Amino acid sequence: MSSNLTATQLFITTLVIAFGTTLTRFLPFLIFRRGQETPAYVKKLQVLLPPAAIGLLVVYTLKDVSFTNGSRGIPEFLSIGGIVIIHRLFKNTLLSIAGGTLLYMFLIQTVFSV
Amino acid sequence: MSEKRLSEIIKALKTAFPLTLPVLAGFFILGTAYGVLMSSVGLGVGWTFLNSFLVFAGSIQYAAIPLFLAPFNPIYAFFLTIMVNARHIFYGLSMLDKVNETGGFKPYIIFGLCDESFSIHSVHEPPGDVDRGLFMFFITFLNRWYWILSCIFGAVLGKMIPFAVQGLEFSLTALFVVIFLNQWEVKEARMSSILGIGCSLLSLLVFGASNFLIPAMILILAVFAFTPNPARKGVQP
Repeated sequence: MSSNLTATQLFITTLVIAFGTTLTRFLPFLIFRRGQETPAYVKKLQVLLPPAAIGLLVVYTLKDVSFTNGSRGIPEFLSIGGIVIIHRLFKNTLLSIAGGTLLYMFLIQTVFSV
Repeated sequence: MSEKRLSEIIKALKTAFPLTLPVLAGFFILGTAYGVLMSSVGLGVGWTFLNSFLVFAGSIQYAAIPLFLAPFNPIYAFFLTIMVNARHIFYGLSMLDKVNETGGFKPYIIFGLCDESFSIHSVHEPPGDVDRGLFMFFITFLNRWYWILSCIFGAVLGKMIPFAVQGLEFSLTALFVVIFLNQWEVKEARMSSILGIGCSLLSLLVFGASNFLIPAMILILAVFAFTPNPARKGVQP
């Protein structure tokens, strides 16, 4: 697996991502000036959106998992189960991430290797 | 620089540094993994540095690796970036006043905003004798460079040792799953977590893997327009 883009295309892609990210950081400070009242809908979204966005990101990172082909999503399912158990037991974010990732790498490189 | 200013700087650094140590641990693992992944797709130290320095946002940096392989599509890259990083907007909204009090450090603190710095800023107030601007600057500065140096370390490591990296990208899924589990502990946030997953799965089924993200986001925003505000029931964000 290696990049098919030219250096210029890689550079433009990097700049676009940097610009988009910087925009999300500055936007609230550009829109809302000091001392201005935050609208009710925005206040509501401040509470509701972050958990939903994380749910969306979980689905996003698993979007290419197929239940009909290859390993049928079993390694992903087992690894997420592993994360839930490790996290329940130790409540340590880093340990859960490392444990889940290592479990997944082990599963797809050995048990489910193609 | 006056002696007084120097002692203010040292005091702010001493207050900020211990708070950033857990972030150092986390960034070291995730940043190294990112560098290893970048070098495994043939993008070395230079591209790794450029991305972590200019973008400095773990999730989009991971999510962008496929964009470097696939056909050139900057417009999709832009929309994906906005989607993945939309949470920054809400971080900013919830700390408008704090950041507005940081004087000349304000642009840098906004430029270096990330989940981890936000979580420190939202929980820890500087003690009365510590300058807020300097305090928030050091948290931002330290976290940024922990990340950038870890990414470079990973890229160098990936070049020296051929890793069996297959599956390493799962660390991103693991990260989101863990954040999801942490939010699940907050009872008031559960309905929102379920709606996020539900709307995303529905959109994935209808629109397919390559097109589901934007419809999912619109669906979530539309559903929330009709959802009662939990804050009104006395729940703090």
